[in-house]
Amino acid sequence: MRILGRRVVFYLITALAAITVDFFIPRLMPGSPVEAILAHLQGQISASTVKSLAVQFGVQTKEGLLGQYLHYLNNILHGNFGISTSYYPTPVSSVIKSALPWTLGLVGVATVISFVLGTLVGVLVAWRRGSWLDNLVPAMTFFQAAPYFFIAFLALELFAARLGWFPTGRAYNQLDFPALTLPFAGDVVSHAVLPALTIVVCSAAGWIVGMRNVMVTTMDEDYVLVAQAKGLGKRRVVWYAARNAVLPSVAGFSLAIGFIVSGALLTEIVFSYPGVGWILLQAVNNRDYPLLQGIFLIITFAVLAANLAADFVYVMLDPRTRQEA
Amino acid sequence: MSATTDFGAASADGARAAAGPPEPAGGAARQGRGRRVRLPKSPKIIFGVITLGLFVLLAVIGPWIAPYSPGASVSTTNGVPQPPSAAHWLGTTQLQQDVFSQLLVGGRSMLVVAFLSGAVATVLSVVVGVTAGYRAGLADDLLSMLANFFLVLPALPLLIVIFGFLPASGGSNDLLIGTIIAITGWAWGARVLRAQTLSLRSRDYVDSARLVGEPTWRIIGFEILPNLMPIVASSFLFTVLYAVGTYTAMAFLGLINPEHWSWGTMLFWAQSANAEISGWWWWYLPPGLAVAFLGTSLALLNFGIDEFINPRLRAAGLTRKRVKRYAAGPVPRRFQLGMTPVVRLRDGGQP
Repeated sequence: MRILGRRVVFYLITALAAITVDFFIPRLMPGSPVEAILAHLQGQISASTVKSLAVQFGVQTKEGLLGQYLHYLNNILHGNFGISTSYYPTPVSSVIKSALPWTLGLVGVATVISFVLGTLVGVLVAWRRGSWLDNLVPAMTFFQAAPYFFIAFLALELFAARLGWFPTGRAYNQLDFPALTLPFAGDVVSHAVLPALTIVVCSAAGWIVGMRNVMVTTMDEDYVLVAQAKGLGKRRVVWYAARNAVLPSVAGFSLAIGFIVSGALLTEIVFSYPGVGWILLQAVNNRDYPLLQGIFLIITFAVLAANLAADFVYVMLDPRTRQEA
Repeated sequence: MSATTDFGAASADGARAAAGPPEPAGGAARQGRGRRVRLPKSPKIIFGVITLGLFVLLAVIGPWIAPYSPGASVSTTNGVPQPPSAAHWLGTTQLQQDVFSQLLVGGRSMLVVAFLSGAVATVLSVVVGVTAGYRAGLADDLLSMLANFFLVLPALPLLIVIFGFLPASGGSNDLLIGTIIAITGWAWGARVLRAQTLSLRSRDYVDSARLVGEPTWRIIGFEILPNLMPIVASSFLFTVLYAVGTYTAMAFLGLINPEHWSWGTMLFWAQSANAEISGWWWWYLPPGLAVAFLGTSLALLNFGIDEFINPRLRAAGLTRKRVKRYAAGPVPRRFQLGMTPVVRLRDGGQP
């Protein structure tokens, strides 16, 4: 279990480093963009809010850098990210809190589907090496290389605008009032299908290629030969190989999850899905710095948590990691 | 077994190789050249090189041959984008700008940012990765930690924060954009290079170089670095690919000056005019496809290099069609589960 302890410490340090980066970016930028925005906001929002924003970004304040940093850290630890200027006077934490469940649901479900599906297809491609399935890899590359939001454009035009199978955006019908009823749940699902499909199509390629490459190497291992020589069924042999080959995919999760979350945010924008991606666009359009920074930190924390979960799974799957303890 | 993947394009090559085992003398003579010659044979690499070459050509000559200025309104019928016609091959945008010209002009910025970003990130990853791998101990721990930090940090939100705070003039400077993207893109390459350096530094030939008294810079530069080249190349392509996607995303979000034409800004304008639900496919399809194909060509090149580094990744065996065709000849059997493919038979001696 020592390895997990080390990972937890690493993620804590990473989170702290992310907060530090977040703190310094506005202070190091040339041309003091914050002051320009504050001057622009004067009159639109209350004077006390302008003052607190100025303190948050370290302009027009007499406090020393270290004092500012400790102040900032203290605020973050208490979940205080400041006041959003585009959703004024809502605090950033409430804005994110209302959007986060949509993103977590969408990205979570889509990631699980794409991981399972991609891994299975990867096994299949490696198993049937030399068949037409080999051509699947270059074809999938296209979907991997295409930007998520471009695939979202295509899905929207084809399945929503032309065929009319799915709604063209948002998370639920605006006339509906959110309630825990079956029709509303169905409405939510039908709104989520296209964004989720986009994420799955774009991210599954990575799992397929990764799994195929490891699987191809694993099938040459001696223990697979032994399993085959013992006369085990082909499916059983492939299962043994696949169980071992999936480890790097789980280990590589950290690299992938960042990409998937980033892609999902852009997908949400195309579908006007009311998740974090959508408020991110509002923040960008209105130069809402507190909201931008809050979103960055929240996404970072979420990705770190997902990584930690992946590490737990890895330790569960691979007994070698438990041996040193 | 040939080094090619079986797409059919390689069948001529396969047929030659399948004609029978070459004489040992010929095989030996080719060995020195073999490594270099083999690379372009894979159809993946051929496709990647040709497509990438076309894009580079487009980036160079595109702005010169563009029939219109990308921002100019070419017609007075404002409001509704015009579908492709003889006058405007890819139609017009809502502001009656020529999509074809925007596509031609936008390629240059895209490739400059992508390749610059790849170059900067590769230098960073070589410096950090090789140093960390060669100097064990505290330096390694700290540098690895730095790389891991950048690896788990979600890059897009970080870049959005950086670009969000950037003054407006920064949003149209390709050099600045490329460098900023590189800062978030070097970590993966550094990690792979560190792992490989770690394995190389304890090899016998490096040990003997050290015993002979070669200075460190020479050992790293002449003993270790040449053996890392395929990985360096692969990480370069990976970063270029990453920069293509990231730059497009930044522009799509409106964080790049929307008057600074690139394929991402085209998608930004298309999205803000709701082109995807209005059926104006000619507006967003060309830039999207351009990004996708540029990315595909880079990824295929990368696969080719991966297969070069790790021969076991090559699509071994023959397609069923070719098994039938060669059924009579001295052709190796199709790959069987659990059998290590041995390449000796057909390709002149090297695995």
